[in-house]
Amino acid sequence: MFEIVRKVHLTDKIWLMDVKAERVAAKCQPGEFIIVRIDDKGERIPLTVCDYDRGAGTVTIVFQEVGASTTRMKELNEGDFFADFVGPLGRPSELISTPLNELKEKKILFVAGGVGAAPVYPQVKWLHEHGVDADVIIGGKTKDIIILENEMKAVAGNLYIATDDGSYGINGNVTVAMKQLVYEEGNKYDLCIAIGPVIMMKFACLTTKEMGIPTVVSMNPIMVDGTGMCGACRLMVGGEVKFACVDGPEFDGHKVDFDAAMKRAKAYQTEEGKAMLRLQEGATHHGGCGMCGGKD
Amino acid sequence: MAIEVNILKKVPIREQDPKVRATNFEEVCLGYSEEEAVAEAGRCLNCKNARCVGGCPVSINIPAFIQEVKNRNFEKAADIIAEASALPAVCGRVCPQETQCEGVCIRGIKGEAVSIGKLERFVADWSRENGYVPKKDVEKKGKKVAVIGAGPSGLTCAGDLAKMGYDVKIFEALHEAGGVLTYGIPEFRLPKERVVKHEVENVKKLGVVIETDVIVGKTVTIDELFENEGYEAVFIGSGAGLPMFMGIPGETANGVFSANEFLTRNNLMKAFLDDYDTPIKRGKKVCVVGGGNVAMDAARTALRLGAEVHIVYRRSEAELPARVEEVHHAKEEGIIFDLLQNPVEILTDENGWVKGMKVIKMELGEPDASGRRRPVEIPGSEYEIECDTVIMSLGTSPNPLIASTTGGLKTGRKGIIETEKETGRTSVPGVFCGGDAATGAATVILAMEAGRAAAKGIDEYLSNK
Repeated sequence: MFEIVRKVHLTDKIWLMDVKAERVAAKCQPGEFIIVRIDDKGERIPLTVCDYDRGAGTVTIVFQEVGASTTRMKELNEGDFFADFVGPLGRPSELISTPLNELKEKKILFVAGGVGAAPVYPQVKWLHEHGVDADVIIGGKTKDIIILENEMKAVAGNLYIATDDGSYGINGNVTVAMKQLVYEEGNKYDLCIAIGPVIMMKFACLTTKEMGIPTVVSMNPIMVDGTGMCGACRLMVGGEVKFACVDGPEFDGHKVDFDAAMKRAKAYQTEEGKAMLRLQEGATHHGGCGMCGGKD
Repeated sequence: MAIEVNILKKVPIREQDPKVRATNFEEVCLGYSEEEAVAEAGRCLNCKNARCVGGCPVSINIPAFIQEVKNRNFEKAADIIAEASALPAVCGRVCPQETQCEGVCIRGIKGEAVSIGKLERFVADWSRENGYVPKKDVEKKGKKVAVIGAGPSGLTCAGDLAKMGYDVKIFEALHEAGGVLTYGIPEFRLPKERVVKHEVENVKKLGVVIETDVIVGKTVTIDELFENEGYEAVFIGSGAGLPMFMGIPGETANGVFSANEFLTRNNLMKAFLDDYDTPIKRGKKVCVVGGGNVAMDAARTALRLGAEVHIVYRRSEAELPARVEEVHHAKEEGIIFDLLQNPVEILTDENGWVKGMKVIKMELGEPDASGRRRPVEIPGSEYEIECDTVIMSLGTSPNPLIASTTGGLKTGRKGIIETEKETGRTSVPGVFCGGDAATGAATVILAMEAGRAAAKGIDEYLSNK
C-alpha cells in the first residue's frame, strides 16, 4: 500500500500527488515512468515521473482526468492509499548518461504540451541542478490549462508560454513559438525534447526536422503490464517494432511513425471509435483505457 | 457405493459439457470424487521399480501416494506429495502427464495408464477442502535468500529453501503472485482464487515472504540485494515474458494482440468480469496465430468471450506443439483449425482496425533442426480471410532487464541466462537461475524442476560458504 501524502488541484482537470514509495523514490530518474493501481479492481495506469524526493521517499505524479480510472483517482485524498505503485519503468532520459561537459556546450529546448509539462519538469530540474539551463516552451489551448509555470520558471533558462487562443503568452501553438524563437529571434538549439499529446509531438518534430534540430519525444501509448510482457504499447520507430515500456518511453522523434501511433490511440478517442469499442467490448468497456475521454 | 472399474481403462473424469463450458469461465475438468479416486488408485500396480517416479521431473513418490489414496489415508498422501512438490493442485491440472509419469506407466502397455495427474489433483483439492496443510518443523539457518519472480520456479525454489530453514523473500514485478499461473493460464484450466491463491498461501505458510510491485533490475538490482539488503544468494525465476511478433505489415494495427496481452487482460486484470476496469476487445471473428498451449488458451478464451475462433498454424496437426488434451478440448468446444497456412499481412480498414489477414498456404518439406518437417510456402497460394481480431501466439523470450543490470551475468541465445542445469548456478557466484529465464519458454513442471534443483544448489553453496 502506498500513501498519498500531498494532493494539489493544479488546474481544471489536472491533479498532482506526492506518493510515499520508498523503493521507487530511491531509484527513479527523469524520463522514467511508474504504474499505479487504485485498488484490486483498478487498471494499471502508467504515468511519467514528475518529481521525486529521495530523502522523504516520495514520488510526484501528475495526471489528467480523462476516463473512469483517472476520475476515480482524483477522488482519492491525502492519507488514502494506492494498492500498487511500481517502478521506475522504462529507460531514463539520455541526458543523464551524457557527459556533463558535453551537455554544458549544448543549447537545449524543451517543448511541453498541456500535461506534458509534468514529464518535462524533472529533466529541466535535473539539468539546472547540474549547471545547465535549458529553454522551455509550455503550450496549451488556453491559459487555464498551463501547469507548473512557477516551478518551471525556477529551474529553466528562459520560459515561454504559448496558448492557442492567445489568452496568455505567445499567441499560437508550440510550433508558432518554436518558429518565433529560432527564425525571428535567431536562437540556435542543438537538441529539442518535445513531450505532450501525440499530435503536438508530430508537428513539433516536423518543425525541428525543418530546422535541423535532433529531437527526442516521450511516447505514452496504452499499456497493460508496463514491463515488456504484453506488447500493447508497441510502436513503429525507424521501421522497427519497439515497445514503449522497455525500449522507451523516449525515442528519436524524427523516426517515430506518429500517424500509426495516432491511429492506435485514436480508435479510443473518436465517436466512431468509441461506438466501435462499445460494440466490440460490450460491457467490458468502461472508458477506463484513459484514452477515450469518458465513461461512455 | 462401489465404482465399477475396467482394469484396462482409467476411471472416467467428469467434465463440463462442451456446449455449456464454451460460454463460461468455470473449470472444464471437474475432478474425481473420493470414490472415483480410490477406485482409480486401485489400478496402480505399486511397481517396485516404479518408472513413473523417473518420469516425474520433481520425482514425486507416485506409487506411495497412490497406495495411501487407495487406503483412504488422504493426509498421508498429501504429505508424500509435499516432500517433492509445492504446487500439487497446479501440477495435477497443467502437467503434460502423457509424456511424463503416465507416459511410462506399466498399466499403459496393455491399456490406459493410471490417471496419476488426476489423482494428484484429487489429493491437493482434498487437502484444501479439508483444511489440511502438510508441514514439518524446521531449524532456522539465519541466512537470507532472495527469489526473483513468484511463478512456478520461484515458488518451488522458495518453498524448498524455506523447508531447509532459510529466510526467503520473493520479489514479484506484478501486483499479484503466481507468474504465468496467474496471468497466463486461463481460469477454466486453472482456477485463480480456489487453486493458485491457495498454493501461494501454502508457500507463505512455510515462512516465505512475497513483496509485490518490485521489478528487479529497475526497482532494485541484484548487486544491491547483496550489498544493501544482506542477501547471501539470489535465485532468478523471472520467466520468459517478452512476446514475439512476426514482423509482417499491419502488425501494429488495432485489434492485433500478443497472446500475452490478451491473456493478461483476462486472467490478471479480469477483463471478462464487468466490475473490473480493464477493457478487452471482444472480437466477432478471431484468428489465433500459432499452435502451442498458449495459442489454445488464447483461442478458448476468445471463444468464451463470444467469438468464432480459428487457429492458424503453419504446420499440420501432427506438429502442433500443444498438449493433446488441450487440442482435444479446443476442438470439442468448436475452435476451427486452419492448418498449413501462415499470415503474410494483416489487412486494416481506414481507421487502422484489423479487417482480415492475407494468408499463404504451406506444405511440409524436409525435417528441420527441431526434427519436425519444415513448412514451405506454396507460391501463388495467397488468399484473404476476414477477421476483426488477430492474436499472435508465437512464443516469448526472457526479459533483458535482469541480465543487463547484474555485473558479470552471462547470457546466450535470445537473452537466455547461462545456467548449469543440475545446480542452477550462473556465471556469478551466489546467483542461481531456473525456469524459462534459463531455458526459454517451456512448461510449468520443468520450471518447478529447475526451482528444486536450484534450491539444492543454493543450499550446497551456502553450506560451504
